[in-house]
Amino acid sequence: MSAPSIATTKIPIPPTPPDEKLVTGGLTFSDVTNLVSQVTEQKTPRNWYLAFAFSLALLGVFGVSVLWLLWEGTGVWGLQQPVGWAWDITNFVFWVGIGHAGTLISAILFLFRQKWRTSVNRAAEAMTIFAVICALMFPGLHVGRIWMAYYLFPLPNQMGMWPNFRSPLLWDVFAVGTYFTVSLLFWYVGLVPDLATLRDRAKTRTRALVYGLLSLGWRGSMRHWINYEKAYLILAGISTPLVLSVHTIVSFDFATSVIPGWHTTIFPPYFVAGAIFSGFAMVVSLMVITRQVFGFKDLVTLDHLEKMNKIILLTGTMVGYAYAMEFFIAWYSGSLYERYAFINRAFGPYAWAYWTMITCNVISPQFFWFRKFRRSIPVMFVLSIVVNIGMWFERFVIIVTSLHRDYLPGSWGYFMPTIWDIGLFVGSFGLFFTLFVLFLRFLPVIAVSEVKGVMPEADPHHHAHEEVEEKAPLRTAEAS
Amino acid sequence: MDAPEKRSDGLNEAPYVFPKWTNRIPGLVPPAFVLGLAAIVFVIWFWFSPKHTEVGYAPKQPVPYSHKLHVGELGLDCRYCHTAVEKGPIASVPSAETCMNCHTVIKHDSELLAPVREAFQTGKPIEWVRVHRVADYAYFSHAQHVNKGVGCVECHGRVDQMEVVRVTQPLSMDWCLECHRDPAPYLRPKDQVTNMAWEPEGDRRAIGEQLMQAYHVQPPTDCAGCHR
Repeated sequence: MSAPSIATTKIPIPPTPPDEKLVTGGLTFSDVTNLVSQVTEQKTPRNWYLAFAFSLALLGVFGVSVLWLLWEGTGVWGLQQPVGWAWDITNFVFWVGIGHAGTLISAILFLFRQKWRTSVNRAAEAMTIFAVICALMFPGLHVGRIWMAYYLFPLPNQMGMWPNFRSPLLWDVFAVGTYFTVSLLFWYVGLVPDLATLRDRAKTRTRALVYGLLSLGWRGSMRHWINYEKAYLILAGISTPLVLSVHTIVSFDFATSVIPGWHTTIFPPYFVAGAIFSGFAMVVSLMVITRQVFGFKDLVTLDHLEKMNKIILLTGTMVGYAYAMEFFIAWYSGSLYERYAFINRAFGPYAWAYWTMITCNVISPQFFWFRKFRRSIPVMFVLSIVVNIGMWFERFVIIVTSLHRDYLPGSWGYFMPTIWDIGLFVGSFGLFFTLFVLFLRFLPVIAVSEVKGVMPEADPHHHAHEEVEEKAPLRTAEAS
Repeated sequence: MDAPEKRSDGLNEAPYVFPKWTNRIPGLVPPAFVLGLAAIVFVIWFWFSPKHTEVGYAPKQPVPYSHKLHVGELGLDCRYCHTAVEKGPIASVPSAETCMNCHTVIKHDSELLAPVREAFQTGKPIEWVRVHRVADYAYFSHAQHVNKGVGCVECHGRVDQMEVVRVTQPLSMDWCLECHRDPAPYLRPKDQVTNMAWEPEGDRRAIGEQLMQAYHVQPPTDCAGCHR
């Protein structure tokens, strides 16, 4: 690394602080492998079946809601003029938002060398992919005639027609599609070395075949690792702008319209902050359960969770700032319609939704100013769920309160969901949990190879050379 | 990494799950993917296109009426039979009475004309099979086109040379729009609309552009132009 001319210069590098230990409990490399791999290898626990049955039941609700929607049309929802978008798009934005944490953790934190990401990135990326799958259901379904969904794509056709390239709704198709593809690739590339581990440990022919096929002939050679690291870095580079672009374009769906309450320049950063906020909250909810159930407390430590809670605090406060700024601009703009839209939002017929949102998104994360709360499992679990409730309400408030008051009082309305709105939303959790529960059972939930990479044994300690050699020349042996 | 053949944990002594020839598969995946994609695109582009599914449709009619004989050789004008073409959306198929104007005298005992005579006597029309069909949700008016200088031949081809009428154009929305977006090369003087053999004197586009001015040709390209 260092050029010959400065080779003799002593560059002071601060020693790793003791609390930076990312894996606790004195685990060795093989302990980490065993701990993560055995989850997929042991006999299926009864609780897994219970969780799977519950998820499948919810998925059934989703299926019935979709079938009835397709059979009868979008009239089964509570949509009515002037509210032409409601839970469908709320749920879309909600799920896409949740899907942001995975890429942030896997790409941005990777580029910033945030080593603590390694123990949560696998599950967070899986969560991202499943959340984006849930999200993609809604734009597809809300067109009503799903067999015409190919109209979303600019395919050459006998009608000589193209989607409107000036419409953010088309950009959305590309943004979310790209995001899904890149996230999936990123996740899969990261999985390959661990899948090879599962293949090598396989005790049955089927497992060897399946994991062998999925691990693409990975042997762990030096050349494999070099290519892997390069691919991973490139994918991280591609994903990083996507973290910002996807929700920016989702926000354009609203911001480029001329509806008061939507037509706001603060939307892109505000949406991105909100997306990371809800995504991290979802990661915390899921990781708290996962580490408890599978005994990963030494891999996903309280330090990890605390760091995520700090991000929740940060992004939650940014969202709160955006809420305040929207009101300021509504007043400062001098536009009557803009002012009305926001006063109506906070004090009109949907005030209950607005204040639910404020309570959940702005007030609740403030508890994380206190270290005690940041490190309390029950507190963070409850707050992470509260945050996601709040973020769902945020999208509902933005979409529905802006639409329900048209310019003419004759075209005012009040949206009420039907049982099928509710069924589809609740059912989408079934889809999400079914995929996640399958992931927990069949894939390594924690990135084994990466976690090993951040353990002290993997660190050759080139700096402070002499000192280390004198004091602990066989640090690897000592730790294992 | 551990050497593959000797593992300290003794878990898997034979790590190679797949035989050696499978190493070739990854190299085949990209070309197979590209070829597969190209095949799908070709199949849809060629066989799903109205140029394939519509063009060439020539159903057998209850009476083997020959446009080639009546129009091409005898010189009947289109409007002799298709009387409504200048007045309304449908060109209209002639009644048996129209046929009998001549066929009471000419070939009055032909076996082939028996259905015509029967229809003439009973008043029950001949069930001609429709050849050119535009979807119900597309509003199309013959009058609007014929009166603005779109020749019969532009959409129906050289009917005067057809023994059996056959679809020559795809009749797809893209095909409609091609002319609606740029009508000039498809226009002709109104008095030449039914002339199947008309050839422009000079540049067709220049003539068409003049005719667009003269006839106020402003074809709609918005959805509601045709899907009313």
